Amino acid sequence: MAEAIGWIGAVLVIAAVGLSIAGAVGVLRFPDVYTRIHAASITDTGAASLMTLGLLLMAGFSPAAIKLCIVWVFIMLTSPAAAHALAGAAFGSGHRPVLADPRQPSEDEA
Amino acid sequence: MSLLLASPELELVFSALLLTLVAGLVVALLAARSVLTCILLMSAFSLTMALWLMTMDAPDVAFTEASVGAGVSTMILLGAALSSTDVIPSLRPGRLWFPAVACLAAFIGMALIVPDLPVFGDPGSPPSAYVGRLYLEQTPHDIGAPNVVTAVLASYRGFDTLGETTVIFAAGVGVLLLLGGQVRSPDAAPEDVSLRASAGSPVLSVAARLLIPIICLYAFYVLAHGEFGAGGGFQAGVILAAALILHALVFGVRETMKALPVGVVRACAALGVLGYAAVGFLAILNGGRFLDYDALLSPVFEAGLPSSHLAGGHHHWGQRIGILAIETGVMLAVASTMTAIFYAFTGRVSRSDAAGAS
Amino acid sequence: MLAGGVAGLLVAMGLMIVRLLRGPTAYDRVLAVNSFGTKTVLMIALMGFAVGRPDFLDVAIVYALINFISTIALMKVFRLRSLAEPLARLSISREAPDG
Repeated sequence: MAEAIGWIGAVLVIAAVGLSIAGAVGVLRFPDVYTRIHAASITDTGAASLMTLGLLLMAGFSPAAIKLCIVWVFIMLTSPAAAHALAGAAFGSGHRPVLADPRQPSEDEA
Repeated sequence: MSLLLASPELELVFSALLLTLVAGLVVALLAARSVLTCILLMSAFSLTMALWLMTMDAPDVAFTEASVGAGVSTMILLGAALSSTDVIPSLRPGRLWFPAVACLAAFIGMALIVPDLPVFGDPGSPPSAYVGRLYLEQTPHDIGAPNVVTAVLASYRGFDTLGETTVIFAAGVGVLLLLGGQVRSPDAAPEDVSLRASAGSPVLSVAARLLIPIICLYAFYVLAHGEFGAGGGFQAGVILAAALILHALVFGVRETMKALPVGVVRACAALGVLGYAAVGFLAILNGGRFLDYDALLSPVFEAGLPSSHLAGGHHHWGQRIGILAIETGVMLAVASTMTAIFYAFTGRVSRSDAAGAS
Repeated sequence: MLAGGVAGLLVAMGLMIVRLLRGPTAYDRVLAVNSFGTKTVLMIALMGFAVGRPDFLDVAIVYALINFISTIALMKVFRLRSLAEPLARLSISREAPDG
């Protein structure tokens, strides 16, 4: 049983790493800054959650587990706030999202 | 690291990957033409470097590298970049030959030394064999602190650390003198009307409100925990300064200066160093030597204290109290110096803006 | 297994550096450094658990905090050209100043 839980944890950790790489590829390939922020912030929080859960399952309860939860809480607080601030700053300084259909440009496009 | 990486070969591959990343960052840093890109790259460089220090099992150093290199230096470099031009003037090739030759000579010199260095972790190497081994063997008996790094820094070499704290204080004073010393009082600082539209982000406000108390609390945890694990006064001071800087960044430096005036911050920087030295003199007054923490408590009083759960019994109380006291002084000095420098940079920028506007 | 995880995170960090160098906007670069930092935190957590050293997690917490603060600072400098001005109001209930 314990071994099975450990394996589930390992799978979650690997899934977190996979998500992280997927996010990095997204940041590299997406067309504009907003989609890149989207890719990075979602995968960062997702990978942090998966990795926390996976490591907790692998290691069981200990003082280190509490610290791991604190790390998770910090990432869940700071990563979305930073992404929000970044997107707000990018929009405020005049960057506009790249739209899918070039025949219908947005009205406030510079 | 053998638990992490199954074999020495894998460990080598991991180190090589990290160092390749570091080298790539350095090359990118050399090629970058914008000051702000350079600052970003240096921040990433610091994080990678600290990661590598972690793999060498040096969490104390990684801690400092992370908080100073990636945090406070970024902030100070940003402040410096704001008061200078935006783009590095591109260097003419004719001027590059001397730095290139100097760098190449230094590289070749170091490469020649490397084969003579002891293998990493070799117990017979000079740093591990003599005084280092003595510290490792004697710390449980002399100090009783589980973290030998803290025992060496704060107790065995407390006098050195007093010197380092004074250096930080003196460096802070030097920066303040260079920047002109005078910081605008918060009421006189100009308020940019155009920012009011963007000044209402509730997300950042809530996040900062939640984080700042936690960061302060964490700074004190790092201070108190330095005796047992990675951490100590330097790191705690930097983390405390980071909390103040976050406050200034999100709510504006005017609000921070209202809460913590410039004069108080500067006085605290001096108080930290003075407090450290006062612990040393207290030991002299009690009949010991300078910074001899064993003399801090009178034997009668010490005997009444519960004996420590660590090896060595109750005579470690003086050491523990002394280490905590000087670490508090270090924290106060470091946090106040960092904050004073940040104030000086931001105050300088708003003054030059005011001069340009009038 | 964990070595594979660490290597994967390293690959993701390398990709972030590529985005940092390519830009094109300053916000792309700040985003790249922020995400790089978050991946570093995850990597330290992974390493700390692998070797069973809770000290490593203390460093991870500091990384997470420092990462957030430098992102805010960099973003502010790019957007406002100033570190001193406020990004948010300290007191929500305070009267809004007249424009």
